[in-house]
Amino acid sequence: MGLTFKDETFRGDFTFFNSPAAIRRFPFPFPEDSYMYSVNMEPHVPGRPGSVFEKTFDVDEHYVAEMRERARVLAEDPLRCQSLPHMTLAGWDLLELIMQAKAREYPDWFSLHRDGDRWHWINRPLEIEQRFTFLDETTLPCGPMEYITRQTQGDFSLQDQRNDNLWMDAGMVTTQADWSLDFDIGMNFFEWHAPVPLAHEKQIFTRALKFLMNVQHGVPARRFNWTMTIDPLLDTSPENYPKWGPSRATLTPENVGRRMHLRVELQTFFRLPRSNALAFPIRCYLIRFEELATQPKWARRLHRVIRDLPDELAAYKGFLRNKPIMVDYLAQFDDGTPTSPGWWAED
Amino acid sequence: MSGGGARIAVRVAEVTEVNALIRRIRFVRPDGGPMPAFSGGAHTVVEMDDHGTRRRNPYSLMGDPADTTGYSIAVRRDDAGRGGSLFLHRHVVPGMDMVISHPVNLFALDLRAKKHLMIAGGIGITPFLAQIAQLAALGGRFELHYATRNPALCAYGDELAARYGGRVHLYHDDAGQMIDLPALLAGQPLGTHLYVCGPKGMIRWVRSSAESAGWPRAAVHHEEFLAPPPGKVFDVTLAASGKTITVGTHQSLLEAIEAAGVDAPYLCRGGACGQCETDVLGCDGTIRHNDHWLTEAQKASGQKIMPCVSRFEGRSLVLDR
Repeated sequence: MGLTFKDETFRGDFTFFNSPAAIRRFPFPFPEDSYMYSVNMEPHVPGRPGSVFEKTFDVDEHYVAEMRERARVLAEDPLRCQSLPHMTLAGWDLLELIMQAKAREYPDWFSLHRDGDRWHWINRPLEIEQRFTFLDETTLPCGPMEYITRQTQGDFSLQDQRNDNLWMDAGMVTTQADWSLDFDIGMNFFEWHAPVPLAHEKQIFTRALKFLMNVQHGVPARRFNWTMTIDPLLDTSPENYPKWGPSRATLTPENVGRRMHLRVELQTFFRLPRSNALAFPIRCYLIRFEELATQPKWARRLHRVIRDLPDELAAYKGFLRNKPIMVDYLAQFDDGTPTSPGWWAED
Repeated sequence: MSGGGARIAVRVAEVTEVNALIRRIRFVRPDGGPMPAFSGGAHTVVEMDDHGTRRRNPYSLMGDPADTTGYSIAVRRDDAGRGGSLFLHRHVVPGMDMVISHPVNLFALDLRAKKHLMIAGGIGITPFLAQIAQLAALGGRFELHYATRNPALCAYGDELAARYGGRVHLYHDDAGQMIDLPALLAGQPLGTHLYVCGPKGMIRWVRSSAESAGWPRAAVHHEEFLAPPPGKVFDVTLAASGKTITVGTHQSLLEAIEAAGVDAPYLCRGGACGQCETDVLGCDGTIRHNDHWLTEAQKASGQKIMPCVSRFEGRSLVLDR
């Protein structure tokens, strides 16, 4: 595999950027020129070669830097990773799912040897080698969910299924779009989605919950979500809002192309076999407007989506005050020609 | 994604007559590979080609969930049933290739419980066998009360008693032994969860006793698969696929839809999971709702039907399928 893991930062000097190859494989989330909430689920099956859907858990050029960033966030705030006592088994389920998938799909980087309960895991990009006993927490340096999610891009929530609802009873959350695991832990599906505007009236969450409770083992699902972030900041957390919130007042027509990023979440859903919990990985991809503008179809379409987005949604996603600057910037790329259906840049 | 989701091609490895009514069937992968791990209380849907009739019946997985070498189910012969259990008793032999679903759990342990109190009647023991194996491995606290007609029909009773001693209590109807439910429910520590699986009457008895003893609803769990009840022959129009089908006396509506080549969603096929819920577009007659899924208001509205167990009597029924 000819991929080089980049040495880059997501804070301070913000040296993060996407290589031309990373831009081309970016998961652009808009299949048409307008956007409204929908459940938009599809089976999480292998997608186009080279795309972020090719593998169960995508590993890209930002992997090593993102894992370094996660370790920094955890060192400053250990409550970003929590697991209620009954969720340890789900953590083992997640560890098994990720280790097996990565070893199978990226054999040059990861390997897993199993001899009954005695497991041997090698993660070459992060230079980790670990022998441990499956289901014995004392043989890992930390709990199983924390152990494997320190080595896997994206946030994770593990949801217990009981009483006809899902409960956010464990998670690793350091690359989030302004929500807090420490606040949401122990909440049910309707409670943690309570702040979302418009969707409740449309019964979106009732239908989504029904779908998720029926996600079957062996049939994972996926959907997109998206927002906007100023500077390539992975950790846009409520806990750190005083540090990043004020940046919203510093956007100008001159710097919007460089500083404004489309932030896409590839959300996947897996039924975990031993615990019957639901694993909910939320993988964050960032792309700056300048990078996105290199793909004419995406630039045209993003202009139309942002221009026509209801203000409630722009406010919820945190960019209402900057919407005019963003629309003005994107307008230069929109000559009014039609865009083809679907999200692939080249189609 | 077709009807019942992911399936596993399996081979029958072993058939064991457990007692006069129950036979155990063990499935493995033909290539010897591992089966998916599962959670205690999960079931699999076994597909049968019964001389041209496609049958799909749910059975609890009774083995140790950590044992991925194979799955075991226990099938109680129902001579008056629709034929699934008779097929498994009469026609399934070692070496036969079959198809089963990935595990689905509608009777999961609440792993927050301080103690798991289990009440089993007859063949209702099967999900508890897996749950007990799982709890024993995790160091969980459990207590089983298991009632059968007599010692000869008390499948796995001796093994359970030998392995888990005082945590297992056996009762035999023929000897006049009865679970003293009021005393049992009154004597549990805070944080106990109650699980019941068995005949309809037992489930009703345990749930209503727990409710009147003040147990929180969320701490009482039950599993009851309904067999699709027989009824009069009726016709249904499937609007989306443009077909009109006839549902036979011993056929379920879901089976008739599938037999017509229409791919319909399902999971449990026993009226519990909600996956097969279907919109009713027109109804001149009476829907016989037999499921545990729809609310009373939904049933009264006549706008939804669960084709896995429910039927129709009247002039015409049109479904969005």
